[in-house]
Amino acid sequence: MSAAAPVGIVLVSHSADVAASVAALALGLAGGGGTAPIHPAGGLPDGGLGTSAELICSAAKAVDGGAGVAILVDLGSAVLTVKALLAEGDELPEGARLVDAPFVEGAVAALVTASAGGDLDAVAAAASEAYAYRKE
Amino acid sequence: MGEAFDAGFFVRWLEAAALAVDREAGLLTELDSAIGDADHGANLQRGFAAVAELLAKEPPATPGAVLVAAGRQLISTVGGASGPLYGTLLRRTGKALGEDEHVGRERLAEAFAVGVAAVSQLGGAQVGDKTMLDALVPAVEALRVSFGAARTAAEEGALATVPLQARKGRASYLGERSIGHQDPGATSSALLFAELAGTARAEGPA
Repeated sequence: MSAAAPVGIVLVSHSADVAASVAALALGLAGGGGTAPIHPAGGLPDGGLGTSAELICSAAKAVDGGAGVAILVDLGSAVLTVKALLAEGDELPEGARLVDAPFVEGAVAALVTASAGGDLDAVAAAASEAYAYRKE
Repeated sequence: MGEAFDAGFFVRWLEAAALAVDREAGLLTELDSAIGDADHGANLQRGFAAVAELLAKEPPATPGAVLVAAGRQLISTVGGASGPLYGTLLRRTGKALGEDEHVGRERLAEAFAVGVAAVSQLGGAQVGDKTMLDALVPAVEALRVSFGAARTAAEEGALATVPLQARKGRASYLGERSIGHQDPGATSSALLFAELAGTARAEGPA
């Protein structure tokens, strides 16, 4: 547990609706009280399907409180764009990290962990562990 | 082999590439509608138009800086997987060129090899996976010989993707149904190398 600002979470999807809905789902399941900041970065600025570096960077800045930013992505260009931005070095906040996790389950795990005061390693680990939960 | 190319050459190449992408956007989208999500033409149009606009407004002073700026702009504006992939290609190639004001073709080929390796690493793809690498890898290898050879190698590489089964990206979900279609990314890569050769030829050997 840390007294510092919580880890921020960014949800990157090809679809603005998916990113916003998963953020709302995670907020709902994270329960009442104060939660860590979570921001969707879905679709293109014009509303179309795709990945926007601009929306990702502004979302990451919006949730960055200095404790790191966990970025969860859906697939394809969302993965590649975040990787390319991280390689760039100066577009995303210091401490931004691509988290290898299933999008929906990982978002819930990340938000609950971040809201409980977990650090970036704990948030990333909780989100990645969501892969291990088998459904059959 | 005494050619040496300055920043202006690379700006002219990328401007020509923007025109070519604009001209061929319909073809790229048609290829992408067969095995992808039908946005490759529009995505590259948007990205390369933004590159041309940026370079016209603030032309960088060195070849490396032109390619780095163009790469960043592609990552920022394309909106599909080709943005980070082509963005990484140009950015890493530009970084490999360093601060030199003039670069020769052989030096450019070496720098492009660094850029192509970065693309392969980013996307986790290899030659034979039916991706842009099927055009880029042979093109960059042939660039050690001449611009014309690079153009031909890229075109042949793009055509050679037709019988391949896709192993990366959305097309890979189609499995065997991806066979028989030319890869859109390899096709746009061939376009870029055709314009590179065209720009070099238009300016003649130094």
